[in-house]
Amino acid sequence: MSLLEIKNLTKNFKGLVALDNVSIHVEEGEIVSIIGPNGAGKTTLFNLLTGVYPVTQGEIVFRGQRIENKSPQKIVQTGIARTFQNIRLFKEMRVIENVLVGDSNNINYSFIDLVFKTKRYRNAERESTQKAMDILESIGLAQYASYYAQNLPYGLQRRLEIARAIATGTSFLILDEPAAGMNPQETEDLMNFIKDLKGKGYTILLIEHDMNVVMNISDRIYVLDYGKLIATGLPHEIATHPKVIEAYLGQEGDEE
Amino acid sequence: MKKSNTIYVKLKEFYWKNEKHFISALIAILVSLYFLNLNQYFYRVLTMICLYSILALSLNIVLGYTGRLSLGHAAFYSIGAYVSAIMQVRYNIDFFIALILGVIIAGFFGFLLGLTTMRLSGSYLAITTIGFLEVIRMVLLSWESVTNGAFGIQNIPRPKFFGYELTTANGGIYLLALVALIASVYFSAALNDSKLGRNLRAIKNDDFATTMMGVNTNRYKVIAFTISGAMAGLAGTIFASMNRYIDPNTFNFDTSMLIVCICILGGMGSIKGQLLGALLLVSFPEILRSFALYRFVVYGLILLVMMRFRPQGLLGSLSTRPYKFPRGVKVKEEGIGGEPL
Amino acid sequence: MLLQQLVNGLSLGIVYALIAVGYSLVFGILRLVNMSHGAIYAFGAHIALMVVTLEWGLVPAIILSCILTAILNVLFDRIILAPLREKKSTNIASLISTVGFSYVVQNLLMIIFGSERKAFPKLFDYGVIEVFSLRINSTQIFILLTSLIILGILTLIIYRTSIGLAMRGTEQNTRAAQLVGINVKNVITITFALSGISAAIAAFMVAGYYNAVYPNMGAQIGLKAFSAAVLGGIGVLHGSVIGGLVVGVAEALAVTLLGGAYRDATAFVILFLVLIIRPNGIFGKKETVKV
Repeated sequence: MSLLEIKNLTKNFKGLVALDNVSIHVEEGEIVSIIGPNGAGKTTLFNLLTGVYPVTQGEIVFRGQRIENKSPQKIVQTGIARTFQNIRLFKEMRVIENVLVGDSNNINYSFIDLVFKTKRYRNAERESTQKAMDILESIGLAQYASYYAQNLPYGLQRRLEIARAIATGTSFLILDEPAAGMNPQETEDLMNFIKDLKGKGYTILLIEHDMNVVMNISDRIYVLDYGKLIATGLPHEIATHPKVIEAYLGQEGDEE
Repeated sequence: MKKSNTIYVKLKEFYWKNEKHFISALIAILVSLYFLNLNQYFYRVLTMICLYSILALSLNIVLGYTGRLSLGHAAFYSIGAYVSAIMQVRYNIDFFIALILGVIIAGFFGFLLGLTTMRLSGSYLAITTIGFLEVIRMVLLSWESVTNGAFGIQNIPRPKFFGYELTTANGGIYLLALVALIASVYFSAALNDSKLGRNLRAIKNDDFATTMMGVNTNRYKVIAFTISGAMAGLAGTIFASMNRYIDPNTFNFDTSMLIVCICILGGMGSIKGQLLGALLLVSFPEILRSFALYRFVVYGLILLVMMRFRPQGLLGSLSTRPYKFPRGVKVKEEGIGGEPL
Repeated sequence: MLLQQLVNGLSLGIVYALIAVGYSLVFGILRLVNMSHGAIYAFGAHIALMVVTLEWGLVPAIILSCILTAILNVLFDRIILAPLREKKSTNIASLISTVGFSYVVQNLLMIIFGSERKAFPKLFDYGVIEVFSLRINSTQIFILLTSLIILGILTLIIYRTSIGLAMRGTEQNTRAAQLVGINVKNVITITFALSGISAAIAAFMVAGYYNAVYPNMGAQIGLKAFSAAVLGGIGVLHGSVIGGLVVGVAEALAVTLLGGAYRDATAFVILFLVLIIRPNGIFGKKETVKV
């Protein structure tokens, strides 16, 4: 059984077909990329998957459970965490706090514990903070823990978003253009980091425009264009797929 | 980034290192005012500063942390006052028990308002809170059998602490208000550093992203209002005993506006800011008696000027203080600072 | 009796509609509820009062009131709100500013004019007409006609002129409007001016109907008109008109069935129900979340 199975997903926005009968599957431990020209429906797919948009046609099965139309909170609890195309960090909170919020569902203490700073409270806060620091260390952000998220350079902000998603405790991450706006060095670091995650057992579904990243780290690729799946396969297959080339560059003989 | 003024930075670091001592000293000074046998008028003003600090701290939880504007907080103030007054006057209940009841019932109404408004935001939320204030006022006005309607509740007894009467004259009420304030500050600080506080602040930063991290934002919005209502109710119970008379018009929209002003002037999200704001805005009409007529215009101007030129208020800028890690957390790097790049 | 109350309700309702339109115009363009709308409504009434007191006549009163209220509203946007937009401030900063401005205006009115009710001449007072045992007084007819005309003119402006087209375009998509050369700043200025004028006219008529002007007069009616706007779908003009009439009639029904004490609560109950059942109102559009 696949970790994630999206079956016949179709999404209409008042006449505009954003997704047309899209079916995708992701196996445990894979890195799967979704690529396609702008407006192809990739983020829409993510939004349907994470409960932002209602699903009217199609099924989403995660770990054997149907999750379409569950609330975003429930979906995170079943084990899917995401990052966003336009970074959505908690800007006026510290880096460590951003990560802690990701972990917040995993710590439990009562109001009374808070007021009287009981052992339960102190243990929970310590464990959570330690976990957060460990994540920050693994992603190379530990020395920025005290910084406010808004003061981080762009590339590090993207990394922080990933750290926050990891903190939710899931092993299935969906990343929306994680390499956007990064310079070659940052991109290199990111690729290594994602490969590391795979080594640790994470499954990753990502949207990406940077072909270097996509070709280098993906196990499989799906290509969307105008809401339709036009190709799927291994990286080298996709790189030479005529339909894919056509979608990105226009038909043979077209002048721009 | 601007160059930091090293003397300023050194002063700040000195303060951070010795914060516990500074706070103890401040508390000692404030407590000593009780022993100085000041004029009754001074005690009254000091008490009002304490009470408005508590009110501002309560609003801070909703406005400063979750970033939602409530214009109806005077309602919780009045609920606390009325419950406490009624319990004491009608049922001869001891002040401290009446206080607890006032806090609980005000908190309950906070819960109701929170529940009602949890899906609302911005203007809709603000207007609903205004409506809530109106509804409470109308209930207090018309439920004459319990609240005495427009006549209000008179002769609210002075609180007795182990037989000792607390009055404005002997400064006892001031001490009571000060203790309540210290408790509120402690509570706000504890809240700020906890998971609850972080989630509330995350809602203000990005409600949507908070939801997408699995946090039940509606639940936290309701919790914020509940706690906020309870805290404001606390101030109300003390006010009732100080003023010894309350009526439905004592706590009106102007009161709500003043609380909002204090919160914004001091700095949304900043505990110290709430205290400073209360100090400034409660003492200002007393000091400038002749301008008291214009004070409402000033409140409005404060909101306008603050939003335009200094939305973080006086003390609401993001603190450059390094993050306080819980004891026992192993950190590879030493001295992880909060200096911006 | 019921029918009588309905007539009264309609004539008040059309005034609510006129005020509600003011909210809708600003909300449509800025996605902001102007909480100071009630205050400038009161301002308009006081200008008219001043002119009448100076014995310059009713027509100059309404004209000056419209002009000065429009100017005040535009200044409010230019001096206070526009800089916030430029700074890309949060929505709550703008909201708080409208509250602050409302407070300043209202309290200045109180300081300058005193908080008591002041007499305002009755408008168009030519007596009462009896139609099918319904008593309609001429003031009500005047209010109904004038409001309908003003609303008609507003609709004409918005749907038949190029300015109106620019307004509608900006409302749909500010960025796109700029790209096609619409001067968005001017559009916003005109919107605030129209909003101010409609408030001033409404204030004039209410002052004339109830013969009273006082600084706080915008607060309650502002809330009712806001409820009307939300009911109709805030931002949608015809929604505000329908919303206003519904609130007016509902109030009349509430008074007939439950008694006068429940009059003022009606609008608030309607608002409450709308926000719970269908927050977008009758004609409102649902906004999709942009991720």
